[in-house]
Amino acid sequence: MSINLSALDRPNSYIGRTVPRPNAPRLAEGRGTYVDDITLPRMVHVAFYRSPHAHARIGRIDAEAALAVPGVLRVFTGRDIAAVCSPWVAVLAHLKGLKSAPQHAIAVDRATWAGEPVAAVVAESRAAAEDGLAVLEVEFEPLPVVAEMETALDPETPLIHPELGDNLAFRRVHEAGDPDGAMASAAAVVEATFHTGRHTGVCLEPRSILAAYNRAENQLTVHHSTQAPHMIQTVLAKHLDMPEGNVRVICGDVGGSYGIKVHVYPDEMATAAIAKIMGRPVKFVADRIESFSSDIHARDHRIKGRLGVDAEGRIVALEIDDLTGIGPYSVYPRTSAIEGNQVVNLCGGPYDFANYRARTTVVLQNKTPTCQYRAVGHPIACAVTEGLVDLAAEAIGMDPVEFRRRNLVRDDAYPYTSAANMRFEGLSHHQSLAKLVEMMDYDALRAEQARLREAGIYRGIGIASFIELTNPSPFMYGIGGARISAQDGCTVRLDPDGSVVALSGVTEQGQGTEAMLAQVVAEGVGVPVERVRIITGDTQVTPYGGGTWASRGAGIGGEAALQAGLALRANILEVAGAMLQAAPETLDVIDGEVVEKATGRARMPLGELGRIVYFRGDTLPKGLPREMVATRHYITSDYPFAFTNGIQASLVEVDVETGMVRLLKHWCVEDCGRVINPLLVDEQIRGGIVQGLGGALYEHCVYSEDGQLLTANMADYLVPMAAEMPDMVVAHVETPTKESLLGAKGAGEAGTAGAPAAVMNAINDALRPFRARVTAMPFTPERILAALGRIPERRF
Amino acid sequence: MKGASLAYARANDVSHALELWRRAGPDARLLAGGQSLLAGINLRLNEIPGLIDISRIGELRGVADLGDRLRIGALTRHADLQADPLVAAHAPAFAQAAPLIAHAAIRTRGTIGGSLAYADPAAELPACVLALDAEIVLRAEAGERRVAAENFFLGLFETALRPFEMIVAVEVPKIGPNRRHAVLELARRSGDYAMAGLVLAADVAGGRLHDVRLSYFSMGPAPVLARGAMAALDSDEGVEAACAALGTDLDPVADLQGGPEMKRHLAGVLLHRAVAGLLGHSPVSGGNHGRG
Ligand SMILES: Cc1cc2nc3c(=O)[nH]c(=O)nc-3n(C[C@H](O)[C@H](O)[C@H](O)COP(=O)(O)OP(=O)(O)OC[C@H]3O[C@@H](n4cnc5c(N)ncnc54)[C@H](O)[C@@H]3O)c2cc1C
Repeated sequence: MSINLSALDRPNSYIGRTVPRPNAPRLAEGRGTYVDDITLPRMVHVAFYRSPHAHARIGRIDAEAALAVPGVLRVFTGRDIAAVCSPWVAVLAHLKGLKSAPQHAIAVDRATWAGEPVAAVVAESRAAAEDGLAVLEVEFEPLPVVAEMETALDPETPLIHPELGDNLAFRRVHEAGDPDGAMASAAAVVEATFHTGRHTGVCLEPRSILAAYNRAENQLTVHHSTQAPHMIQTVLAKHLDMPEGNVRVICGDVGGSYGIKVHVYPDEMATAAIAKIMGRPVKFVADRIESFSSDIHARDHRIKGRLGVDAEGRIVALEIDDLTGIGPYSVYPRTSAIEGNQVVNLCGGPYDFANYRARTTVVLQNKTPTCQYRAVGHPIACAVTEGLVDLAAEAIGMDPVEFRRRNLVRDDAYPYTSAANMRFEGLSHHQSLAKLVEMMDYDALRAEQARLREAGIYRGIGIASFIELTNPSPFMYGIGGARISAQDGCTVRLDPDGSVVALSGVTEQGQGTEAMLAQVVAEGVGVPVERVRIITGDTQVTPYGGGTWASRGAGIGGEAALQAGLALRANILEVAGAMLQAAPETLDVIDGEVVEKATGRARMPLGELGRIVYFRGDTLPKGLPREMVATRHYITSDYPFAFTNGIQASLVEVDVETGMVRLLKHWCVEDCGRVINPLLVDEQIRGGIVQGLGGALYEHCVYSEDGQLLTANMADYLVPMAAEMPDMVVAHVETPTKESLLGAKGAGEAGTAGAPAAVMNAINDALRPFRARVTAMPFTPERILAALGRIPERRF
Repeated sequence: MKGASLAYARANDVSHALELWRRAGPDARLLAGGQSLLAGINLRLNEIPGLIDISRIGELRGVADLGDRLRIGALTRHADLQADPLVAAHAPAFAQAAPLIAHAAIRTRGTIGGSLAYADPAAELPACVLALDAEIVLRAEAGERRVAAENFFLGLFETALRPFEMIVAVEVPKIGPNRRHAVLELARRSGDYAMAGLVLAADVAGGRLHDVRLSYFSMGPAPVLARGAMAALDSDEGVEAACAALGTDLDPVADLQGGPEMKRHLAGVLLHRAVAGLLGHSPVSGGNHGRG
């Protein structure tokens, strides 16, 4: 069932409109409250000594000189922390065979990547703590380093955790139909090897935590820049051995997260442990340099792919062999097998074919751990699929748009189950493709491309269809044993003056969740949006929920908010009916007034109703329910995930003498179901595209052979910047999910999912006259020049 | 990271600065625009006991016309070079180079003296003074001396500056009527240090170049004069011959952006473009970034 909301057809409707973000002026004026803005009495600062070696035995730690530094209070080793904080092993039951080793908040005995915390210095200020680090003496005995994922499983490669028996963390093979038979009978088979560069999410606000422990109450209060406060509460309680109810996680303003802040980090756990040991508030704010070596990385994949097509250009089979290196530990508690697993789930996702074989091999190595980053696995699966699709179209001499038209799952084919066993409720690939082609004026661009080629200007057009997994059910983590809520809740309260407060379990990371919630609640209750206050990010205050991940805020949190708002409206009408001597069904709440439903005539402002309920309850009939608070929870149950779809196109110009790529324009048509706030959705798409373009062209965590990160600052790690970004045109098709009244699916990762594939295909389209091709991201000038044969290949 | 605490003193004039420096010891540093120095301090790259802030010394800032030369004070900002009419008229390479340096915020603080003293091999201004045959004017308590740009850059972050000696100005000959400058570079993002860059200065007459000076940046441990290519262009052997000469002129080292082969290749592409530009076949100057 889906609510019938044609956006502008009734007064006081907000769903479907661009409503300004209530927190925007505050943040723009620098009036936000990030963790680092909070100062507590008796607060101290911690800084971490990080392993300079990718793999080393930790010898003697001599703290004498550090302790003599003015302002330094204490030095902690791994063993000191282990006494109060138990180690964790990040495995999930549904990822069969996944293995990892116990990981400590501060390394005990052995450091396994360059950047792993080895000791902590606590001081009166961060600067003093760093003075302490500068003179802390730590002895190391370097051990052999496993850097290269291709050889991680070779018998002669040393084992990172000997007790695991090998360096294999996880392997999954999925097979559907008869891929071998289908390949054998295909008219053409294309194949290629793709690399997606290891990169990371660079948040404006680095990871930050301020932990305060009150011994008298055995209460831990943690101010944390996080996506998932309730998950963190559970983890802190478990590993610090405290009752969950004695841990409170408060999450104020967050300066971006992108998946980086949904994981459990050793340094943050150590900070909480130190707070418990010292009984003082302890602050840790990662600096930019340590962020690069301690924030999770992602997307370090090598993927071999083969695609078979018949003579009519229909895909008959797809084969994928994915290899990924995840660092020395699977990351807690979501695990580092999810990304490879997603590659298996998502490859070929937009297309109608039956024969599929996919394998992912997840290996350990001595590099920064990898885990879920915005659009987990999607950009990889999309690049491989769309790269192969373009190759196949070329192989049979078909225009890439026509090829997609023949192969995308038909818009009337739903419900549909993909070759990877993903179930789709309703997608709109063909509508989206048609809209894209029209929007970009595809034929005119092709004509211009041909004309410019004559003049020695090489432009390319790249297309990428994609699916995006959103609104996850417990199938994502819960069934594997993780205490991560797929359900979310919202409590809506009417106060005496007729204003509304809504408390939600989803969180605000700077992406506009609170704006979305405010407009949904305003419409649900029937009040002006300015009268709604949203509260998120406090485990002791909001309903229990999952927070921000997998594009679930609007689809799950929004539906809970809508249902809670509607429930409160019903409660209000019941009281209003008694007061106005009318049947509640004949009344409505619009724009903060109780009105007559049939005529819209105003009967009573909510402020008056509030006054009577709260202060003159004596005038209401005894026994009349007067619950001016309503709570609703929502969880998806018909489908494990609400898939969305879309298609992107990129227009680039390649300077074939220098290998430089200019992004001229980018288009995206996307279907996230109900668009609640067009501006917010468009900005999610645009920001997502920019991060995708970053992975395609710029961002790369480059390591030396001995496991040293060579790009650990903003000069060497290139994030995409405004000057290089293209104009973007964003449009929507709306196929609401029928599972919820709101009909919203997620939109947070679509941009990132498709952008790298679109750019790759565009570059290769530009290079086609030279029979050159690039498949290793990022597509640097050097790699493009090497593909053009102008310079020799160099490995990175 | 937070820098270690250090001493700080502000100098009123050049002799005051030199006196403060002597008293603080050779490891103390002059603070000009701070755009390279402060980043290094915050990374705790070296132990620096103190800073002598020269940024308010008025006599070190600005451009003066000395007749046949311009004198550019050491504290002249990159943004000043970009906007100064004397520079645009008489030493246009500086005006062309300045907008290619970093971003506006950095250009309004960074100084030419700081850039030359720091001697980053990827920096634009050292290559400019080399191609323009400028003199660097240095002062110590013992007095002043002048060093030709060709003798100033000794290696990676290494110059002819002696202990307790500072740059006070750069003096650069004014261009004659036929003289043209071109500054070209390639960077992956606008504002980044270049993967490869050149400064070309030559007289243009009779459809060819004369008296060519050609320097490269981001091509080795220090900015380099490409003498072989200069000779080839001077004797009108053509751009291809000049590019071939780059093979011996340049000895680039690999960095994160590319190996030596790529750098050599780009050096040749840039030379083709710069020569074509001076001869009026295409735009003369600019950064080539992936700008959309
Ligand atoms: C993000 C970023 C990007 C940048 N990109 C570029 C770029 O693309 N190209 C480029 O060329 N530069 C770039 N820079 C560097 C910038 O141009 C600096 O301004 C310049 O390198 C140093 O000048 P400064 O005045 O800031 O010197 P400071 O940082 O103050 O000093 C640098 C060094 O020079 C010494 N020094 C300063 N003045 C004198 C003097 N008069 N005599 C003797 N010694 C002196 C100092 O003691 C110090 O050792 C970039 C900087 C940043 C932060």
